Amino acid sequence: MKKSHITGIAIIALAIGIIISSAGDASMYVSFKEARELAAEGKTSKVHVVGRLKKDAQGHIVGMNYNPVMDPNYFTFVLVDTLQNEQKVVYFQPKPQDFERSEQVVIMGNMQKDAFVADKILLKCPSKYVEKEIKQTASL
Amino acid sequence: MINTFIGDLGHASVIVAFVAAIVAALAYFMAAKGRPLGETDINWRNLGRGAFYVHTIAVLSIIISLFNIIYNHRYEYYYAWSHSSNYLPTHFMISCFWEGQEGSFLLWIFWHTLLGLAIIWFNKKWEAPTMAVFAFVQLFLTSMILGVVIGDLKIGSSPFILLRDFMTDAPVFKLNPNFIPKDGTGLNPLLQNYWMVIHPPTLFLGFAITLVPFAFAIAGLWKKDYITWIKPALPWNLFGGLVLGVGIMMGAYWAYETLNFGGYWNWDPVENAVYIPWLVLIAGLHTMVVYKRSKHALRTSFVLVITTFLLVLYATFLTRSGILGNASVHSFTDLGLSGQLFAYLAAFVVLAVLLLVRHWKAIPATEKELTTYNSEFWVFIGVVVLCLGAFQVLVTTSIPVYNSFLGFIGIKSNMALPADQIAHYTKFQLWMGVGIALLSGLAQLLWWQKNDKSKVANALAVPLILTFLFVSLVYMLGKINLIPKVDTLSYFVLLFVTLFAIFANLSMVLTLIRRKVNLSGGAVSHIGVALMLFGILFSSGYSNIISQNTSGLLYSRDFPDDINRDNVLLFRNDKVKMGPYDVAYRGRYFEVKDFPEYVNKQLLHQLDDIHKAIARADIKYKDKIYFKTGDTVDIYPENTYYQVEFKNRETDKTFTLYPRAQVNPEMGFIASPAIKMFADKDLYTHVRVAASEEDKQWSELKEQDLAIGDTLYLNDYFAVLKNIEPTREVKGVELTANDVAVQADFIISGEDKDYHAHPVFVIKDNLVGRIPDEVEDLGLRLTFVNIDTKNNKFKIGVNTTQKDYVILAAVEKPFINILWIGTLVMSIGMGMAIIKRYKEAKVVANPETGSSKKRVVRNKQLA
Repeated sequence: MKKSHITGIAIIALAIGIIISSAGDASMYVSFKEARELAAEGKTSKVHVVGRLKKDAQGHIVGMNYNPVMDPNYFTFVLVDTLQNEQKVVYFQPKPQDFERSEQVVIMGNMQKDAFVADKILLKCPSKYVEKEIKQTASL
Repeated sequence: MINTFIGDLGHASVIVAFVAAIVAALAYFMAAKGRPLGETDINWRNLGRGAFYVHTIAVLSIIISLFNIIYNHRYEYYYAWSHSSNYLPTHFMISCFWEGQEGSFLLWIFWHTLLGLAIIWFNKKWEAPTMAVFAFVQLFLTSMILGVVIGDLKIGSSPFILLRDFMTDAPVFKLNPNFIPKDGTGLNPLLQNYWMVIHPPTLFLGFAITLVPFAFAIAGLWKKDYITWIKPALPWNLFGGLVLGVGIMMGAYWAYETLNFGGYWNWDPVENAVYIPWLVLIAGLHTMVVYKRSKHALRTSFVLVITTFLLVLYATFLTRSGILGNASVHSFTDLGLSGQLFAYLAAFVVLAVLLLVRHWKAIPATEKELTTYNSEFWVFIGVVVLCLGAFQVLVTTSIPVYNSFLGFIGIKSNMALPADQIAHYTKFQLWMGVGIALLSGLAQLLWWQKNDKSKVANALAVPLILTFLFVSLVYMLGKINLIPKVDTLSYFVLLFVTLFAIFANLSMVLTLIRRKVNLSGGAVSHIGVALMLFGILFSSGYSNIISQNTSGLLYSRDFPDDINRDNVLLFRNDKVKMGPYDVAYRGRYFEVKDFPEYVNKQLLHQLDDIHKAIARADIKYKDKIYFKTGDTVDIYPENTYYQVEFKNRETDKTFTLYPRAQVNPEMGFIASPAIKMFADKDLYTHVRVAASEEDKQWSELKEQDLAIGDTLYLNDYFAVLKNIEPTREVKGVELTANDVAVQADFIISGEDKDYHAHPVFVIKDNLVGRIPDEVEDLGLRLTFVNIDTKNNKFKIGVNTTQKDYVILAAVEKPFINILWIGTLVMSIGMGMAIIKRYKEAKVVANPETGSSKKRVVRNKQLA
């Protein structure tokens, strides 16, 4: 067998190894129900959950708790996932400053005991994605 | 009045540019068709050339029209309204030009026209087939900004659309179709940074240059001239590698300096999208060099050069189609062009692959086997490592694409990007770095000599000894805590090979200097790469968060302690211990026009026009008074700077940092770091959260009667009423002869210093007015409520509020300067290589002018 063939086979083997290993690291978009099931099975892998903040009838956000004077690194809120499961989420970082304005929240982390511990929060604010409105300040 | 002319001119130019690109592509195709390279049909070629000139002029006209719209604040156009604003300085108008997708396409198109002209003028022999490719690419790109709607089919998005046509539903246009907003919505504040003025053009120039070698390779395949394309393509490929590399690192530096994620590389899909083609480009560069020397790797060169360009197209597709939706925070929004982008990508992939497959057998390949003593062999292994590295990033970054694709064929997939991206990519890319460092050292040592066992051993001896010495040195310094201690195995291996690469390449540079031949750009740029790896290893692997919560307060929470609590709350003027420093937050500052330093917000009384303020006291810098009390100054209200004082407890040295935040109605709170540079590390700080000024809650007014000299007890402070004095200057009130105004003069003792407060009591036109004074540092507001003339007492009201605070993150990043220095060295090395390869290409083009001396030297080098 020529050396170039051996090299070729080795490259292919490495490439396959990379694909398999990357697939192993890949996370999943799940619901809170699935996240709880994973935790119950003892799996600690980090997952993504997409959801919205819980709001009451008047549109006020409920269940959000952040007191920087007590602890700047402790922030909790309630997220409702796309299947309407509610879950308390804990984030050991300061509250992202735009949080209340977010349209959609993507969290990464896993269930620990009774709460979902998020490592990372991605916010989608309407202003960034929805077309802006014309301000009526200008005179006609 | 709405100026429709300029927009019509722009739009007409787009159409002309598009049509001219079609004509040029067709004409150049016909000129080259069925003839060998160099024998073009002159008539067709002239038509193609003319069409490309027309195309170029039309592109310039588009750019001028769009810039005119932005520069003259023509907010009747959507593009100006949504990307610019009245207060934007001129240099940032340039960045708002390419903030939108359309403008960045335009930038790319513009670079292609310049490169096309360069080929027409300097590569006559290759003109027809390469320009056919160029014009074909331009046809696709101009179609992206065409803005033509046929039925449901939208082709391109025009930057010249009027606001009223864009927002047909807005009620204001029903009332008045000629409505023009007074101000635009402004440029994304993150982009208001000088790096954003030069980073995008550099990156797009890099993107554009990858088209040149691609066009040569395609022309080579098409004209069955499989060999000669390498020569003109090589310097272009080097140039592309340099520009793209510098562009990527500029982006990294911008991210480091301006964004708040805490580093220079975040493995965001948008960043990866550029990194992947760059790696493949560098790999292609090496196979081309190998081919020039030993006739190996021609087919690989074809594959890599073509792949580079296709990956650039793929990157464009990824970042602009909206496919990254949930995965990236900063990809462009979807303009509904994903179908068009996909067609563009698919057309080039299919054409290039078909062409390559058809000619594959005909591309000459040498049957010679490479031995392990051939430097070419090791270069080739290096190329494999680079490609595998690129492949790995590609596989992971494309996860959202798999989801879309599976969704398209009806399978639901919920795969997501790895939760910890940095750990995921580091796992692979670290070893790619190890491979690159090792092979770049080894191959460089072997490259310049004919090798056998003893010669290899000789060449390796000195660099290896030096490597061992320096590894020991670094380890020792780590042990005595002068620098971070490298004790993780993988980091240790990386350290070892990095130092090896530096010494091996350095020894080659020295050898070449001794032999008095022109220096090897390769060796120099390899030193740069090794330095970069060294900088990355320490600054990322050993970054040290010093803002950990050490307050001693422990919060009984129901969660494990493996959580990083990396941010510290700083109340105004309170001292907090942080690493080796005592840190105090001192207040909010503004930038004032024509003043060299930031100005404390307490000195400024902001007016209704938020860009103006009145100075409450003299504003001076180094004894020179720039503004007097009562002067109106221009401020930049977008940015608030938080003054944070650091005092090193051991050395007593102090310095002040001003991390910045922008509270932008469109984007919310955007933090930018402040960096203190030391020779061996950076201290990187940024504000995570600041107390909101809008939500400030005042306690109820408490009133007290005081006589002059009396002391007023406030929560934690006390104030003395020094005097009551008449005043004639009251802000915002015009006093006439019959009016009376008095102010109370209080001295309040704060933690570090005393403050004056002057609440004012006014009687104007027989009406009483009270102008309270606020001491922001202490969270106090004093109001002069009344005068009791009988008892000679004064009624003073006090409100208190929550003290101002910020939450700060501070991280030390060791040896980060070596990363930037390495980037510079790498660029210099690549620049040297470009000059060398460009001369070579010219020498062969005109054999009579080529010096025979050079060839002798070269043969000597090889011997």
